[in-house]
Amino acid sequence: MRRNIKLAVGNIVRRVLHIIREEDLSLTTAAIAGLNLSAASDGDDDDDGEQDEHTVLSAAAVAASARNALRPPSLQTLLEDMPESVAIPHTSSSGGDSEGKSKSADKSSRTRRLKHDVIEAVNELIQDINTCHEQIAEQAVEHIHQNEVILTLGSSKTVLEFLYAAKEKKRSFRVFVAEGAPRYQGHLLAKELVTRGLHTTLITDSAVFAIISRVNMVIVGAHAVMANGGVIVPVGLNMVALAAQKHAVPFVVLAGSHKLCPLYPHNPEVLLNELRSPSELLDFGEFSDCLDFGSSIGSPLLHVVNPAFDYVPPKLVSLFITDTGGHNPSYMYRLIADYYSADDLVVRRRVALGN
Amino acid sequence: MDARRATTTVPRVRQVGFFTPNAPPAQPSRTHSFPLDSSSPPLSNSPVNNSLSPVMIPPSRHLSDNLVHRATSPLPVPEPSAFRRPIRSHHVAVVGSYNPTESLLGSSPPLASPSSRVIGDGEFSEESSAGWFRRSNSAKFASSFSGAFDLTSVMSSEAGGFHQVKKPVIAQPKEEKSGAAAVVEPQINKGLSSSSTKPLKEKTTKAERRALQEAQRAAKAAAKDMTVSVGVSTSKPVKQQPAQKKDAPPPASSVAVSDRKGVERSMEKERRKDIPAPRMQFDDKSRVEKAKKRAVVNQSEARNRVELFRHLPQYEHGTQLPDLESKFFQLDPMHPAVYKVGLQYLAGDISGGNARCIAMLQAFQEVIKDYSTPPEKSLTRDLTAKISSFVSFFTECRPLSMSMGNTIRFLKSRIAKLPLTFSESEAKASLCADIDRFINEKIVLADNVIIRHAVTKIMDGDVLLTYGSSCVVEMILLYAHELGKQFRVVIVDSRPKLKGQALLRRLVGKGLSCTYTHINAVSYIMHEVTRVFLGSSSVLSNGTVYSRVGTACVAMVAHAFHVPVLICCEAYKFHERVLLDSICSNELGDPDALSKVPGRMDINYLDDLTNKDNMQLLNLMYDATPSEYVSMIITDYGMIPPTSVPVIVREYGREYLWI
Repeated sequence: MRRNIKLAVGNIVRRVLHIIREEDLSLTTAAIAGLNLSAASDGDDDDDGEQDEHTVLSAAAVAASARNALRPPSLQTLLEDMPESVAIPHTSSSGGDSEGKSKSADKSSRTRRLKHDVIEAVNELIQDINTCHEQIAEQAVEHIHQNEVILTLGSSKTVLEFLYAAKEKKRSFRVFVAEGAPRYQGHLLAKELVTRGLHTTLITDSAVFAIISRVNMVIVGAHAVMANGGVIVPVGLNMVALAAQKHAVPFVVLAGSHKLCPLYPHNPEVLLNELRSPSELLDFGEFSDCLDFGSSIGSPLLHVVNPAFDYVPPKLVSLFITDTGGHNPSYMYRLIADYYSADDLVVRRRVALGN
Repeated sequence: MDARRATTTVPRVRQVGFFTPNAPPAQPSRTHSFPLDSSSPPLSNSPVNNSLSPVMIPPSRHLSDNLVHRATSPLPVPEPSAFRRPIRSHHVAVVGSYNPTESLLGSSPPLASPSSRVIGDGEFSEESSAGWFRRSNSAKFASSFSGAFDLTSVMSSEAGGFHQVKKPVIAQPKEEKSGAAAVVEPQINKGLSSSSTKPLKEKTTKAERRALQEAQRAAKAAAKDMTVSVGVSTSKPVKQQPAQKKDAPPPASSVAVSDRKGVERSMEKERRKDIPAPRMQFDDKSRVEKAKKRAVVNQSEARNRVELFRHLPQYEHGTQLPDLESKFFQLDPMHPAVYKVGLQYLAGDISGGNARCIAMLQAFQEVIKDYSTPPEKSLTRDLTAKISSFVSFFTECRPLSMSMGNTIRFLKSRIAKLPLTFSESEAKASLCADIDRFINEKIVLADNVIIRHAVTKIMDGDVLLTYGSSCVVEMILLYAHELGKQFRVVIVDSRPKLKGQALLRRLVGKGLSCTYTHINAVSYIMHEVTRVFLGSSSVLSNGTVYSRVGTACVAMVAHAFHVPVLICCEAYKFHERVLLDSICSNELGDPDALSKVPGRMDINYLDDLTNKDNMQLLNLMYDATPSEYVSMIITDYGMIPPTSVPVIVREYGREYLWI
């Protein structure tokens, strides 16, 4: 079982890879376009030799670029100033050194531009992640009207900002916060909401079913959103989602797009979960006599299970609100293509090519 | 008459299930909630301002029940009690879970033509919802009354202490004036509650009020007369009853407390045979104020009450105990055993339906053993009054559970059915034996039967899940382990009580292999569970299981994972009430228990926040599990589906269920 599942980290890595690939692709396309242009413009020259050379050069360059584009280059080749012979082993024989030289010159400038673009794009990504709360909170007014009762469990900054934005727009509503044992993050959220002037009621997790018949909407944050539309959420929310489904209460998940994970969950309760310390549930001192391993069968009589996450299947989720808008769970797979490249889904360590 | 009596004699106290035969029958039929006063002041509460909990009020009895009881009730209740019977049957829900009509039965007069009267009474009590009067029985009543009128003198002599004094006064001069007769009739009518199908008129016109005043004046004048011919003249008044009826109820209601009127109105609207009377409305300030005046325990209401639960009482915890302790020596009528149990309820030392019931019954046994009938009083009536006052005290300490309500109904019916020929010591011995029998049959033996049934459902290799700490489920698990079955137990626990830890310790101590988790993780653990065993506080007539908060969540998740859910519940906990959700009836616990997390010093986020206006803490004690999540209920009557609960409640009836 993996420890410390931090799917968002993998997401960001993949996002960056995708950015790099995209930037490279756009540069390549631009290069090809540029070469074609230059070839066309040179067509009128009287200098046949030069023309021919240029043409030949351009042709070779185009071929090389095309090959670059068609074959997914390794990151190494993109970001480093590699000699052409290494980078493009199948370069056509004509041109040879001169082509190599010009190509490498070309390549280095291209690489510099690529780096520049990639750094810009990554900065944008950082900006997006920092402002995802605001973008999601902007949509709060569309979903919360007057005299609503909202239920949430545990604590999430996105939810906090979401509710606060609705309050800023003068919507009146009440919030029931379930404590979220054993971390009791609900206490924190309740405190924050009260400080910001929202009408809050703190309830125990066991009272969720009792209360939910009077609740209009359940709004929660997510730890990760899987490719099938399922969500990895703090523990206890599967119970809330089932209760919401029984009472036909919309279950809304707020998640920034950086939480969208291109993986499909297989056995998520086990593989994508994390078991925390039993001391959060039982006091070791109090139960030291029960934690005795001296029973005849040799295994302990007392197990304590303290999972950190829950998996909510897509059929229980009514709506995803992300920084790009509201989506159905069945649509989330489509967003993957926007953010991730197919090759990066499984991040493998690759043996360096030559060098 | 009635009206007058209502105003002067009856202090808007609500009959808490027991009414003395001398209680003024003259209550206007309209005022169901009319205080059929009887017991001592602390006990009598008008239905409106009852300080007792909103927990279950038993519905009115069936005709058959009345017949049975009537036939055997040997109490030498004078005629007038018959008057009161119907009135009582229209009573508002008695707080503290007893059926006023039940106690009514106990005091049915064994006078001439008891059977006819019995039938009449039966109809009355059954009719509690149908309205005050039924014309059909008026004649019957009148005839019986004539035979029994000589009791009126008895009545008058029994007037000690209660407002019923007026009754004999009123009854006597009947023949004198038609006006007086008119006065009497309403009384008779009321008593019978048969004659008048009184129109549910709440507003009384000026004319009616004037008529009422006339009647009162006439009655006063006639009060001097003590002629016995009252009975003879009854027949005449009876005929005029229908005419008078209209006068009687409206004036009576006008005289009645205005807020009570509101209660009656709402009550009449929902009057039907089996609907339990409405409970105390805690969102009505005036009623709460009245209740507070009579309360023994001073409860200060909590600030920051959750809007959704304004209809339930919520008090500041931690304030009652010292106050109650200081009052110990001033509470004269309080028995020390009752006081002790009440304090244990308040402090939370006793919890769990069975434990509370047994503690209460044992306290009552002590009361009965130490009881001695005061002079000039009948044992049944006085004892029932005492029991009612103690029940009010218990309710103030902690609202009664539904099973406790059933238990109290049983006890009162046993008291009511004591044969007249018993001496005091015999009666006391009989009651103590009854209580012992109840505890033995309905709780101890029932648990044994349940355990035997339940272990047949446990097989080797099972993983059994239980929630919280239920005594029956614990016994089942231990017994199955003793039988040598190989199984694992998963204990799901929740805040704020964390009862599961105690259960965990006991089970591990006995050698069972246990897994412990909190309720949020129930989805995680459910995929390896094969059966779920849950206890309950009560099972209602629509199959809803009323139990510790969180049970509904566990049952729902089990249902989602296709794991069968078995509820283990003794049959005495079944109730005729129906509930759709957990909001309409619940118990609110101590909100401060939420903000403090014992054992985790780092969790103190809410220390300074409990006084903010926006912040509310809601600590529900119970919740209602819908019947579709329950696969089977294991009771001492066998293993039944949730749809069979109303059948058991009905077929086995009160007699068999509790007696």
